[in-house]
Amino acid sequence: MSITTVVLAGVGGQGTILAGDVLAKVAVAEGHDVKLSEVHGMAQRGGSVETFVRFGERVFSPVVDPGVADHLIAFEETEAARTLTYLRPGGTLVVNRRTMASLPVLIGDLPAPTGLEEALFAEGAIFLDAEALACEAGSPRSANIVLMGAASYGLPFAVESWERVISGRVPLKTVDGNLRAFHLGRNACAEGACAL
Amino acid sequence: MARTLMSGNEALARGAWEAGAVVGVGYPGTPSTEVLENLVNYDGVRCEWAPNEKVAAEVAGGVSLGGARTVVTMKHVGLNVAADALYSQSYTGVTGGLVYVVADDPGMHSSQNEQDTRNHGVGARIPVLEPSDSQEALEFIRSAFDLSERFDVPVIVRMTTRVSHGKGLVETGERHEVPVKPYQRDVPKNVMMPGNARLRLRHVNAREGDLAAYGAVAPENRAEYRDNALGVITSGIAYQYVREALPDASILKLGLTVPLPDALILEFSSKVERVVVVEEMDPYLSLRVRALGVQIDDVDLPRSGELSPRIIAAAFGQEPLATRAPVEGLPPRPPLLCPGCPHRGLFYSLGKVRAVVTGDIGCYTLGSLPPLKGMDSCVCMGASVGMAHGVALAGSTERPVVAVIGDSTFAHSGITGLLHMAYAGSHGTVVILDNRTTAMTGHQGNPVNGVFINGEAAPEVDLEALSYALGVASVRTVDPHQLDATLAVLREETVAEHLSVVISKAPCALLVKEAKDPFAVDEELCTKCGACIRLGCPAISRDETGRAVIDTATCVGCGQCVQVCRFDAIVGVGPSCDLGGGR
Ligand SMILES: Cc1ncc(C[n+]2csc(CCOP(=O)(O)OP(=O)(O)O)c2C)c(N)n1
Repeated sequence: MSITTVVLAGVGGQGTILAGDVLAKVAVAEGHDVKLSEVHGMAQRGGSVETFVRFGERVFSPVVDPGVADHLIAFEETEAARTLTYLRPGGTLVVNRRTMASLPVLIGDLPAPTGLEEALFAEGAIFLDAEALACEAGSPRSANIVLMGAASYGLPFAVESWERVISGRVPLKTVDGNLRAFHLGRNACAEGACAL
Repeated sequence: MARTLMSGNEALARGAWEAGAVVGVGYPGTPSTEVLENLVNYDGVRCEWAPNEKVAAEVAGGVSLGGARTVVTMKHVGLNVAADALYSQSYTGVTGGLVYVVADDPGMHSSQNEQDTRNHGVGARIPVLEPSDSQEALEFIRSAFDLSERFDVPVIVRMTTRVSHGKGLVETGERHEVPVKPYQRDVPKNVMMPGNARLRLRHVNAREGDLAAYGAVAPENRAEYRDNALGVITSGIAYQYVREALPDASILKLGLTVPLPDALILEFSSKVERVVVVEEMDPYLSLRVRALGVQIDDVDLPRSGELSPRIIAAAFGQEPLATRAPVEGLPPRPPLLCPGCPHRGLFYSLGKVRAVVTGDIGCYTLGSLPPLKGMDSCVCMGASVGMAHGVALAGSTERPVVAVIGDSTFAHSGITGLLHMAYAGSHGTVVILDNRTTAMTGHQGNPVNGVFINGEAAPEVDLEALSYALGVASVRTVDPHQLDATLAVLREETVAEHLSVVISKAPCALLVKEAKDPFAVDEELCTKCGACIRLGCPAISRDETGRAVIDTATCVGCGQCVQVCRFDAIVGVGPSCDLGGGR
């Protein structure tokens, strides 16, 4: 009974919900049982957000505990560090090289965290700059799809399935840009360019 | 048959449609909101957002009286508001099937309290069904309609956050058209005055027994026998966690949890060596199972919050998984008011009035966090108004007392409070934060913004005329982005010896379509005074030297910070070139 568990972590508004939906639909298209869990509501107003996607022959729990995730795809570095405990030893860690200060930091109540990249690197993180690649794809708001491209490199799904799901899920006008974004993210990992 | 990936809420909408519901009505509330938002897309169902849950429950009661099937949706606390309707609908019973979808929020992801709706099922003496995934959500709501008509009773489908917002594969069916019953006047059944109600209570008493007997054969309740060394009694999402954590355990999976099927519980308990109850939130199952005389083996599970597979595994003595060391010292990331949020401007100005501020529930509750710290209380929807009056009555403070309440919340339950303030001769001030939408729950239409659930235009209440009609002496409308003008009005109205309403009117930043150019800080002019930082805008921070910096990718150009800067250091920069990057 082998189940693959992916955690997407980021900041409300970064597009984790759409990314998780795409990933779950690809897993369905590839014939897996799938469960997804995320929380809507308050957290979407700029708070920490996480989406769990699990697939395999039969999945029961939609919720993920520390030490269970095989892949952690972090949309922001502080959130990568915050959710790192989900990732099992040996799991893959993909981190968007972006930091967004939270309110206590913005207003000077708390210091900004330091040394995050080093700490994440020591945990085996592979980094990429999803916003830059999204701009390169001509679709600045598709950083979430860039990250799905990066994640896709380590997941057992056909590129065509990803392309089909993405094309059906994003606004019509942005399909080409999102597909370019997906491939830029995927190639970055394939070429090792997303390593530090 | 192909299976589709659906959230529990999407599956409920599908199931209600398949069951032949012709009306869906509710009030938004996380995690229940998406049920109606999906149901509105099906043909043959009329959907409406009501101003509050009680009205929704009454509309649904009327649909049922009129002979048609209907679903009414709300979050757990919404059922407190609707409970008055529900507890007597339990007596009248139904004509067309009447199903309540009530979504609980264990762990309080987006709620002000944790509340177990099964207790309302017990109190109202009506059945409660608890799906554990999306497929069951669809099946259970279909059964709920059948049970409702068969046993002449409203039925609750109780969801929790993980079932509502979790997605899984669902096999859908076809719509089953149920003919609307011709209207029939039935006074003894439907007019609840003591003589009739006493007779109907006999129906309630008898029905409870019938339902309990039905529980023994209900397909929603099932015993799964595996190893008989351990038998777990569970319901809802906890079932999924138990399956993952204890794959060999025998399980009594209860889907119809009010009333409980005593005979099934006793039979299951007699066939396993050790009985353990695993449930989220209140010890509802365990109390009942114990009352039946079953010896339960207590394991160490949390009394509140959410369960998970590993929490259950640990309670059963399994070794913890190997994990990575957590990174210490990370700053928390609470949700915050968006860049350009009109609520920010209002709270910034209100802060200068030094009032006692009784607050309410919505995005604007986030204005209670530092640095704005704009609120002294937040309890339940509408509470700000009555509490403002009460604080003044206590007489312990000379400071002005101001209630702040959102437009949807005002329509929900602020109007009656304001009526009371007028009636009682209050000199308080009520600020209505009219951001033209119900923002917190995802921008639903409401009677104030004049948008219907299907996106069509609806009549828009005139808040000024309404306030005057209730007896308010002075009603002023301000643009909260204009900080000085807003402050001037707040100063006047909070000291005036009369009841006043200030309508703070500007659309939610997420509804503003035309992009304004962002602002930036002129490094030469910035004196590092920190005034702009005190707005708590996510686009503004300090650099290493303490100077303010504006993230041009985040800034939406609302201009509030320009007004608070006394050194003219915040200036327009033209369109953002750093598209989407923003570091
Ligand atoms: C009785 C009850 N019903 C529903 C909710 C869920 N809820 C919380 S805030 C909110 C909407 C607030 O809208 P509004 O007052 O317009 O403020 P905004 O979020 O737009 O600032 C809702 C529906 C609740 N907390 N309590």
